[in-house]
Amino acid sequence: MSRFQVVSGKGGTGKTTVAAALALALATEGRRTLLVEVEGRQGIAQLFETDALPYEERRIAVAPGGGEVHALAIDAERALLDYLQMFYKLGSAGRALKKLGAIDFATTIAPGVRDVLLTGKACEAVRRKDKQGSFVYDYVIMDAPPTGRITRFLNVNDEVAGLARIGPIHNQAQAVMRVLKSPETAVHLVTLLEEMPVQETADGIAELRAAELPVGRVVVNMVRPHLLDEDALRTASGGRRKEIAKALTRAGVTGSAGLVRPLVTQAAEHAQRVGLEREQRAVLAGLGLPMAELPLMGEGVGLSALHELAEEFRKQGVGDETADAAGQTPRGGRPRGSGRGVGS
Amino acid sequence: MTPSTDVAAGLETDALLDDPEIRIVVCCGSGGVGKTTTAAALGVRAAERGRKVVVLTIDPARRLAQSMGIDRLDNIPRRVEDIEGDGELHAMMLDMKRTFDETVEAHTDAERARAILDNPFYQSLSAGFAGTQEYMAMEKLGQLRARDEWDLIIVDTPPSRSALDFLDAPKRLGSFLDGKFIRLLIAPAKIGGRAGMKFLNVGMSMMTGTLGKLLGGQFLRDVQTFVAAMDSMFGGFRTRADATYKLLQAPGTAFLVVATPERDALREAAYFVERLAAEEMPLAGLVLNRVHGSEAARLSEERALAAAENLESVGIVDQAAGKAGLGDPADPVAATSPETPESPLSPEHGNEPSTHEPPQQEPHEHDRTSDTPAPHGRGDKSSDPSGPPTHTEADRHDTPATDTASVQVSVEVSVEQLTAGLLRLHAERMQVVAREQHTRDSFTTLHPEVLVTEVAALPGDVHDLAGLRAVGELLATGSASTPAGAS
Ligand SMILES: Nc1ncnc2c1ncn2[C@@H]1O[C@H](COP(=O)(O)OP(=O)(O)OP(=O)(O)O)[C@@H](O)[C@H]1O
Ligand SMILES: [Mg+2]
Repeated sequence: MSRFQVVSGKGGTGKTTVAAALALALATEGRRTLLVEVEGRQGIAQLFETDALPYEERRIAVAPGGGEVHALAIDAERALLDYLQMFYKLGSAGRALKKLGAIDFATTIAPGVRDVLLTGKACEAVRRKDKQGSFVYDYVIMDAPPTGRITRFLNVNDEVAGLARIGPIHNQAQAVMRVLKSPETAVHLVTLLEEMPVQETADGIAELRAAELPVGRVVVNMVRPHLLDEDALRTASGGRRKEIAKALTRAGVTGSAGLVRPLVTQAAEHAQRVGLEREQRAVLAGLGLPMAELPLMGEGVGLSALHELAEEFRKQGVGDETADAAGQTPRGGRPRGSGRGVGS
Repeated sequence: MTPSTDVAAGLETDALLDDPEIRIVVCCGSGGVGKTTTAAALGVRAAERGRKVVVLTIDPARRLAQSMGIDRLDNIPRRVEDIEGDGELHAMMLDMKRTFDETVEAHTDAERARAILDNPFYQSLSAGFAGTQEYMAMEKLGQLRARDEWDLIIVDTPPSRSALDFLDAPKRLGSFLDGKFIRLLIAPAKIGGRAGMKFLNVGMSMMTGTLGKLLGGQFLRDVQTFVAAMDSMFGGFRTRADATYKLLQAPGTAFLVVATPERDALREAAYFVERLAAEEMPLAGLVLNRVHGSEAARLSEERALAAAENLESVGIVDQAAGKAGLGDPADPVAATSPETPESPLSPEHGNEPSTHEPPQQEPHEHDRTSDTPAPHGRGDKSSDPSGPPTHTEADRHDTPATDTASVQVSVEVSVEQLTAGLLRLHAERMQVVAREQHTRDSFTTLHPEVLVTEVAALPGDVHDLAGLRAVGELLATGSASTPAGAS
């Protein structure tokens, strides 16, 4: 199983939620995962019901079996200042640059620079090792930009290498690309069983493949339970309404006569939805990728629901594979607390 | 189906569309709430009510675009066929890069335009800078309005992560395009020569030096060439962005905030309502999209579940196949289950037919969803292994994996099971209705002044004119719905 897990998908399909559940699922048995976000929205903090994350890795949850989930909200501006500091010992001049709008320019306007910094920071965490030479994080999971932007985001090297043809940014971009195009990385796409997100998923996969980026799983999210199927319904609408009314009365429902029609209508709508969902499933099956499926949590997603979703991932075998697929130093359970605090 | 409502006043969609004073309607809201569909449906309705309308859509679903004949990216409005009545509907899909190119071409001579269009920095900027799409949507809106060919312009807004990006991004790009920093890049000498600007000069050389090292000198030269070529246009960009902004504040403009009755979407909607007020931009109301309701709302969730249980306890006496007709045949998790009806793991599963998901739903969504993928229903519903199979599985259009597991055949769904299923479905619906009602109440408490219209959740996708007409009808009647919600 790849050590760098990138979670994308159409907006609102549950990228942040799925990335968080995945980070929890992969943290079982004493493993340590890092969940990163790159869009400056503090989605992770909201989800884990903690204070806003600073630009610093910190533990936000523990998983069954003593695993740990750490989190980091990558901030492009801070990452840039870090780089400047690292390469040029800028000191307080960084502030002057900021005043002039240069940092703003570099991180928001200059195309690609921002993305290089964000992916660069994540890749650094993927490759970071402790003194003993084992990876600090078993997995790094990224709550990534949506499908429409993911390929460009990850493939930013081409562009930046073209624009900034020399210099540390150029080298950085190439180093990042080596990680991203290797089996160390897997890009998962979250979708719902609806036409638009499924279409976007198919398009996104084609784009990722064209860019030679490794595609992981399709995660079908918010799957609703099906209570009645079409055959049952056909029977229902076909002349059994009187019987249904009687059954309702027997079950203690008053005024059942007036209820049969709306109940059957609701069932028809349900059946139509099931039919549409089945079509979309067929489209997804045609993509030929491994799938995972998460149920719709009726009460919304809080901490406990997040753990349930993680459990769901585990049941479906996500993360059973060991993390050495890419030929990296394999590591199973590790003693807790041995990683150094980083980024602070 | 009439969704419940307890909002005080409704949004009069038709009155808005018919008002000759209204020239622009902007549909905004966070991503995925149905802005494009709403904009297109409003366009169809306004046109069929006799107005000459143009709809500017951004990223429409493919089938929707095809059905309106605007799936070509040529960046000009096309007349939509099959509109009834005397009105006209034109529609287009925004091509952001093309709009940017055209803007450049329109405001500078051919030679300079070429230099700009060929510049690598420009190419990156126009293709993908976060905010370009928002900026170009505004640019296009300004252009359409300037042509003055339509009674009414309906604009969709880009699928941004937050509803507010639409207002902020153009400013951001605008302030870059004629900002201090970029001026420094092209004219450090000019500025540095002035008294009191020494600091800037020092900062400047250090900065270009640093950026040069960081990005490579070529990149900076590209930027400088680009900026030099664009110089003559900067004033124009800013002026037009300001003009469009003013247009949005004018009384002839109406904003419709679109949201689904979900927490995140309504939170964004609330921010947007507040922001519009702060910017003095005219809000017409809130379109609450994909609202669930029930015509059987007088039957509460609890009573429906109780009744379902009553029927199921009858069912176990004479109907063994408790889950007949229930379940999701396409569930891949269950479908790959090693369990087969022929080899039950325990006696209590012995009579389960070949369905693939637990049909017996726990009363609470929470419990229910948590065990969705489990291959078994509750054992107590299937305590009679000799009961007749009740449902034909083999002839369904299932996945192959399922078919192999579906050899056992059931014939007929008992009326008890059928009715119990209808009741459980209803209970699920009522739970959704209650949750949506709760979310809406939070919004209404915060903003009781906002007029609302509701669009019921349609079971399928909207991808043709008939679908858009149906949505238009719901938009027009959604505010007059009779209270019918959870009692
Ligand atoms: N399995 C689920 N069951 C129920 N609700 C869910 C589920 N997954 C996500 N949600 C809800 O859907 C909403 C959107 O989820 P989330 O924020 O994870 O999506 P996203 O793809 O990250 O969105 P964005 O594109 O805005 O970043 C949230 O309110 C979340 O709680
Ligand atoms: Mg998110």
